[in-house]
Amino acid sequence: MMFLYVAIGGFFGAIARYGVSQLIKQNTSNFPFATFFVNTVGSFLLGIIIGSVFPSSMRLFFGVGFLGSFTTYSTLIVENVKLILEGKYKIMFLYSFLSYIIGFALAFLGLIIGISLEK
Amino acid sequence: MMKMKYLAVGIGGIIGSLLRFLISSIHIGLPNHFLPFDTLIVNLVGSYFLGLLTGFYSRFPKLPSYLHLSIGTGLIGSFTTFSTFSTDIVQLVIEHHYVQLFIYFVSSFIGGLALALVGIVNGSGKTWKKVSKT
Repeated sequence: MMFLYVAIGGFFGAIARYGVSQLIKQNTSNFPFATFFVNTVGSFLLGIIIGSVFPSSMRLFFGVGFLGSFTTYSTLIVENVKLILEGKYKIMFLYSFLSYIIGFALAFLGLIIGISLEK
Repeated sequence: MMKMKYLAVGIGGIIGSLLRFLISSIHIGLPNHFLPFDTLIVNLVGSYFLGLLTGFYSRFPKLPSYLHLSIGTGLIGSFTTFSTFSTDIVQLVIEHHYVQLFIYFVSSFIGGLALALVGIVNGSGKTWKKVSKT
């Protein structure tokens, strides 16, 4: 049953991530906005889940499955390598810096909101 | 045709998230009380394989796009995760485990970049010099 929750969440998480990438088509700036968006928003939402006391089925479905799949690390890394290979160091620096800093800040904010929701 | 693309991504997503869950539940990594090794391993392995796939596409540009959608966007994209990485980092900060935080961040970031680059080189079948010029 645990595997089913993760699988269904993973199915929709991956589709949602792809949907975002189709909506936010690469613009001229070369900044990978779609990956940036899913990773920062996903970190915020996972912070809420971890901070609050959800039933384990919800954690598996939404946390491990959906948000685990909705956010992605490999794409962030490969996009960074591509930017390096193309000599776009400024965008690469900005992209990784903002992804990590805003991702961590939103995860922290989510965690605080999650904890306060339980009180 | 549009729906088929979403289905390809979704099926890849099922396999990727299940593999990630499997690794985190059987703890193939080292003890997690020191570092979140499960997440580190999936993210590093996934970065290498997405690099490899990217390299394959530069070597064989005629490969069908659904392969990249199902394996790259779906499977590897879902296998690796950023949200767990972020919340791991926040928890290490809260617990004042700054050494672990530093090791975890640097190995995820620098290690990921290096492995993805090795993957691209392996997949493209080119030498290091040629890859850095393209």
